[in-house]
Amino acid sequence: MRLRKIAVGIFGLALLFFSGTSFYRSRHLKEPVVAGAGVSRVVKLGDYFEGIRGTINDANVYVLEGTEPGGTFLILGGSHPEEPAGRLAAWILAEQGVVRKGRLLVVLSANRSGTTVTRLGGAYPPDFSIKTDWGEQVFRMGDRWSNPLDQWPDPEVYVHYPSRQELAYVDIRNLNRAWPGRKNGTLTERTCYALIELIRREKVDIVIDLHEAELQYPVISTIVAHQKGQDLAAMASMMISGSEGFNIGVEYSPLTLHGLSHREIGDNTDAISLLLEAPEPFLDATRGKTGTDLLLTGRDPFVVKAGQHGLLFEKIDEKGWPIDVRVGRHTSAILQILETWSGDKPDRAIVIEGIPRYDEVVAKGTGAFLRDPSKADPKSLYYE
Amino acid sequence: MIVTILYYLLTAAVAALLVWNIVKSRKWQDEILYIIVLIPFLLRLLRLK
Repeated sequence: MRLRKIAVGIFGLALLFFSGTSFYRSRHLKEPVVAGAGVSRVVKLGDYFEGIRGTINDANVYVLEGTEPGGTFLILGGSHPEEPAGRLAAWILAEQGVVRKGRLLVVLSANRSGTTVTRLGGAYPPDFSIKTDWGEQVFRMGDRWSNPLDQWPDPEVYVHYPSRQELAYVDIRNLNRAWPGRKNGTLTERTCYALIELIRREKVDIVIDLHEAELQYPVISTIVAHQKGQDLAAMASMMISGSEGFNIGVEYSPLTLHGLSHREIGDNTDAISLLLEAPEPFLDATRGKTGTDLLLTGRDPFVVKAGQHGLLFEKIDEKGWPIDVRVGRHTSAILQILETWSGDKPDRAIVIEGIPRYDEVVAKGTGAFLRDPSKADPKSLYYE
Repeated sequence: MIVTILYYLLTAAVAALLVWNIVKSRKWQDEILYIIVLIPFLLRLLRLK
């Protein structure tokens, strides 16, 4: 019996070793960013709020400045890291964008803690790769919520600050339920507080929060707009649907639904807050195998079947929703919002070059716009 | 922070109980079951997941 217990103990240690190694590698995987020629400087979120400095959520902020003064846009990728098209679109902005007028601030990992974990019990892949001409770039898969290793335990009910609205317990780790944040709150609340400080101090005009949604969720393929940005979103939506090769709607941010970026940033700062949603079948509850293939191709027969039964709020067929389509939707929507804003407010205009639109991303692939870190000047190399 | 430390102490206590159950168990099926239940507790204590 003693021998058997030793054998069981070795079995347990082996399980612990292999699972632990996989989790450790995933949490510590370094994601290189080659700051493009348009990046003037890279600052830290902690520069805006001491309470986040040195923590896992002390994110890089890539600052792209034009030679002419103008407006300021803030792009947030990675609010929900399990929605990778948002992070990848932000990656392209930081690596390819050149601003001629105004300023563009880009955050690739708004909730960096959330990029270091996958959904508990969700059997998510730990990471995924994007093919490029120079090889493959590997990204952490990430989760919707901050890593419990950084913020634990969750309460029975999450009471949002300052509205006191009761939300699902797990959403206390959801960056997009913690706005406008709290100075002495949880890690997630302090991250939102730091981002609000950034928006105020940099006098940001427009904040665009990049997301993806399951097809069973009614808020999909849309721009969610704070009331201050309704006209801008409606005009951009018409322009996108008419000229970019895909349709995007407009939803108005509910006045009494608290914690979300499209509500709280607009209410608590001078900025207009917009949120973009692209379709991601990987997130659908009726999906099949939850692997990198589904993540990148967006093809799933079970989700298609759900569509045939009228259970979805977005179309899907055997072509799925490939990552390039989702990333291209985001880059085109950002450019169209930016151009619409600039046409309306010439004194606060932003002129940016080098960002591929939907057609180009779909034709060449997302990887065509990622730079090779092995050939980069070490001074322009950063890690997420 | 205090609540977090208390939760780690609770996790350690449950992990210790599971190890004790493995030691005292007389059926190999139970031992395997306890090992599988124990793994998430150890992963959290080691701050791996």
